[in-house]
This record gives sequence, structure tokens and C-alpha cells, in this order.
Amino acid sequence: MNPQSNQESSVLFDQPGPHGRKMIRIFNAIAAFLIICLIAWVLMRLHNPPGGEDQLSWDLWKPALDYEAWADFYLPGLWMTLKASIVAIIGSIVFGVVFGIGRLVPSRLVRGISAVIVEFFRAVPELLLMVFFWRWFAFAGISSPSYWAVVGGLVLYNGSVVAELVRSGVGNLPHGQREAAEALGLSPMQSLMTVEVPQALYAMLPAMITQLVVVLKDTALGSIIMYTDLLQESRRLGAMYFNILQTLVIAGIIYFVLDWLLSRLAERMPRLMQRRTWGNTVAEPTAPIAIMDATNANQIAAAHEPMPFGGAERQFPDHYHGSNATTDHWQHAHYNHGHDLQHPEVHARNWDEPLRDFARPFQTKPKRRDGGAGHTTHTDSANGPQGDSRSA
Amino acid sequence: MDDFLSLFREYNIPAAFWVNIQLTFWAAVISLVLGVILVMMRISPISSLRGFATAYVEFFKNMPLTIIMVFMVLGMFGQLKLSFSDNFDINFFWLAVTGLALYTASFVCESLRSGINTVPLGQAEACRALGLNFWQSASQVILPQAFRGSVAPMGNTLIALLKNSTVAAAASVTTETSSVMSDMIEFHASQILQIFFIFALGYVILIIPIGLLTTYLSNRLAVRR
Repeated sequence: MNPQSNQESSVLFDQPGPHGRKMIRIFNAIAAFLIICLIAWVLMRLHNPPGGEDQLSWDLWKPALDYEAWADFYLPGLWMTLKASIVAIIGSIVFGVVFGIGRLVPSRLVRGISAVIVEFFRAVPELLLMVFFWRWFAFAGISSPSYWAVVGGLVLYNGSVVAELVRSGVGNLPHGQREAAEALGLSPMQSLMTVEVPQALYAMLPAMITQLVVVLKDTALGSIIMYTDLLQESRRLGAMYFNILQTLVIAGIIYFVLDWLLSRLAERMPRLMQRRTWGNTVAEPTAPIAIMDATNANQIAAAHEPMPFGGAERQFPDHYHGSNATTDHWQHAHYNHGHDLQHPEVHARNWDEPLRDFARPFQTKPKRRDGGAGHTTHTDSANGPQGDSRSA
Repeated sequence: MDDFLSLFREYNIPAAFWVNIQLTFWAAVISLVLGVILVMMRISPISSLRGFATAYVEFFKNMPLTIIMVFMVLGMFGQLKLSFSDNFDINFFWLAVTGLALYTASFVCESLRSGINTVPLGQAEACRALGLNFWQSASQVILPQAFRGSVAPMGNTLIALLKNSTVAAAASVTTETSSVMSDMIEFHASQILQIFFIFALGYVILIIPIGLLTTYLSNRLAVRR
């Protein structure tokens, strides 16, 4: 999707000449030296902290690494973490698909209720949800209240994120998909369920896996409400041998490895999924999706669109692609901005045509143009190419 | 209704939110500075700085915030004796701010980097054609556009930071909202729903203006192409 995403460093500077290469080598050496100094300083500080004991001594690391630590603390804790994550991810997919579709159905009432639920749970911090459920389940006498509290908090928050993924996945499908379904005689609901949502699900899978990283990370919140997950177990082990720094480092490494592997998978997914959908498959590896869905994925896509002659002017009529949740007919915004090449009313600029005559800006007679992208000829309507086709 | 109002008399709920707002503010300022430095390192021609920034971002992006907070208190303070103040409350507050800022800096860096992705290649090529060097093209052409393009993800990061400030409970900050809510529910179990909705609506009220402002600014500041 983003061919430049790993190359933006090379965008900014020219291929250096001999002098430039020399300067880069010098700065590189200085920077490497400074980084090594920083690491050495941290290690020195660990070795000899003021008023504390040597943190690098084997006496402290051994109990954090031996068989007993793994068998009695890390692995049971990891199992609890994974158990909560797996149940939570299944629950949040169910929640997200139900309320995501709920935000798209024709009924205004269902849409409104779903919108309130989803926006509410996206805004409330997960920890508050977990604390609430924890106390509530404990009073209600449910066994293992902290486990169900962790799962409940994760399902409600991540489920509402998934609901937004479903909604934006449907919103970013080319308009032609829905039009074709309607032309075949499907009702709006049938078109939604059989054509749009399945493609949206494929389009959102990479982002879903990115969300899995968030779920796995957020299970650690459970340790605050006494859930015996990996973090809590490592704290207990550390409290036994007074080596909590060491046990936390080991737990951190386990979390890091799991999350890093999932992140790599999420980065590979878009290519695998792209052939199954007309939507855009974006891993969206950066921002946590929050209220109002203000991602700039669309802007990035616009910047990466091919431009004629190396970037002078855009080929398609276009203006800012904001958050698709904010524009009025947000489902159609993508097409209105000229990105749906299949749509007959979107046409590429004809580069053989002479430039517009700026002396006569109030030209009344619409001009016939050729569709540049292989479309039939098209009469420019009065409101221009960016106008809403539904009014035409 | 009387019970409901007595909750407000007994506990200072706005003060709890004020602690979270302060945590968010300081963490946002520090992480913005760190994030800009990181993104400059990440796009620089110097490979060791690039590697360092990449390692930093990958590390904090894949690490649970809770473990960082626990580490700040039990590891940094408990075992390494690193402290900001002799007053425990102030010390834990700043340890929590440090943890939040270190964590959020990696997301700020990623937001700015996605902003850089919104700048078309032609802009950088034009810089080269004009003979600008790395520093000139980055500071005068690329980064100003990148900042404008990254308003939306930065707003998301700010919202996430505000919500994450509740995790300061793991760093022994007992005056912030989630700890206060837990206390209140413990002593007023019959009003659990009211208490939850007070705090939940507090966050909704704080977050909606940030979301609206972000959307407004990202529409207003975006570079029309």
C-alpha cells in the first residue's frame, strides 16, 4: 500500500557525493559513540546505583531466569494473559461486527443506538471499565471476577474499535459495488450483508491484527485489578527474591516478542488480503483509532497517487480527504473525490486539452470532454466533477 | 438524588480529573519534544541515529504501558533509587509522567512519520533540485507540511494519552480517576452504576472537544493537493 513508507529517509537527501559521504561517516561515528556512551552509562548505573545494590549480579538474575521461575510464574501467567486475549478478541469481533453493521443499516433508530454505544465505549478508558466490572462481578458473586472484568473491558473497547473498522471498511469500498448490487435487485440490507460487509471484513483484517497487539498489551491492565497475568506473576516472583527489576525485564521481553511478531504479521497482511476485496487494505500501524475516526490514511493514499510528469498536478479532481466519518455523505466521499476509477462520472483530466481559458472564467456552456481512464464520453455537469452524482 | 449528591460532597471528583489532566499535559509536552527529536533522527541520513530511533519506537510501541508504569515505580524508584522528590505523591506523579511520556513519544514519532508520508515525493525532489541540504529541506519544506498532515493522528494520540493517564494507578498515583472510582465503589457499592457513569461521562466530555478540534484543525490545516 505505501511503497514509500520505508523510503522516506531517502526522499529527504540526495545521493551524497564524496564530501557528503565523509560528513555522514563522521557524524555516524559521533552518533554511534554517543549511543554506546548512553548504553554504558545505563549499565554503570545498573551496576552501581546510588544507595542500592548491584543490579547486574547473577544473584538477582538467576531467580528470574531459572526453571522454577518459568514453570511456576512466567508460563502460568502467560497462559492467563493469552486466555484473556483470545476470549477478548473473539468477543470483540462479535461485538464489533454486530454494532458495525448496526451503524450501517437503513433504520435510523438502530443506527443511532449503535452509534451511541460505540462512541461511548471508545471514549471511556479501559481501566475504568475493568475496575467497574471487577467490583460489580465481585458483588454479584461471580467466580473469578477479575478474569471476566478483564475480558469485559477488552471486549467493549476493542469491539467498538472493530465496529468502526467495519464501518470505515464499508465506507471506503468503491461506490460501484453498492450500485451494482442495487442494480441486480438486492435491497440495501441484502447488498450490505452479501456484498459490502464481506469485502469490508477482508479489508479490515490487517487492522484487526494490529488491534490484536493492542488487546495483548492491554491485558496487562488486568494486573491492576489483581488478575494473575504475566505482569502480576512477575511482580510476585520479584517480591519473593527482591529482584522485581529483573523479573519485569523478562516479562517485558516476552510481551515484546509476542507483540512484535503480531505487528510483523499485520504488516504482511495487506498484500495477502488485497486480492479478495475492492476496499483498501491498510494495516494502519500508527495511531490507535480513537473517537471521530480521524486517521489520515486517506491523505497518505492521496499523496501516493501517481502524478503526471513527476508531481506537478494531480490527475484527478481532488481536495482534502479528511476523516471519512466527518463529511456529510461520508460513504460517498471517496468516490466524490475522484478515487473510484470505475465510476462513469469520474474522469481523468485530459492532458491533450489546452489549458482552461482564464480570461473567461464564467463560461456558461458545458464543454464535452473525453473520459481519460477509458470511459465513455461524459458531459460536465454544472456543479463540476466533484458534484454529488445523486443530484444529477 | 440525595445519595447521588452526597457522593460529590464526600469525594472531590473534579480534583481527580484535574490530576489526569495534569498528567496528560506534562506527558504530552515532553513526548512532543521527544517525538520530534525521534522523527528527525528517523529520517536523517545518519544510519546509527536511524537505527536508535527505530529501536526506541519499536520497543515502546510493543510494550504494555502498565509494565512501563510498574517498572518506573518498582524498578526505577524501588531498586535504582531514582527519585524526583522526597514527597512520595510528587515523586510518583513525575515517575508516572515520565513513563507516559516515554511511551507516548513513540506514537508521536509514528504520527509525524505518517504525516511525512502525506508529503508527495515531488516536494522533496523539488528541494533537491533547488540545492537545499537535508536540514534545510526537512525544516523548511517537509516537516511543516508533515505537521499539518499529522494533525489527525496526533489528536488520536492525545486522546489515547488522556485515557492512558488512568494507568498511572499502576504507578501508585492514588488521586487519579480510576483509583478514586475504585475507592468510591468499595464504600458505596449500592451506587456502583451512578459512580461509573459519573466518571465515564467525565471522560466523554473531555474527549469529544479534543476529537472535534482535531477534525476541525486537520480539515483546516491540511495542505490541499
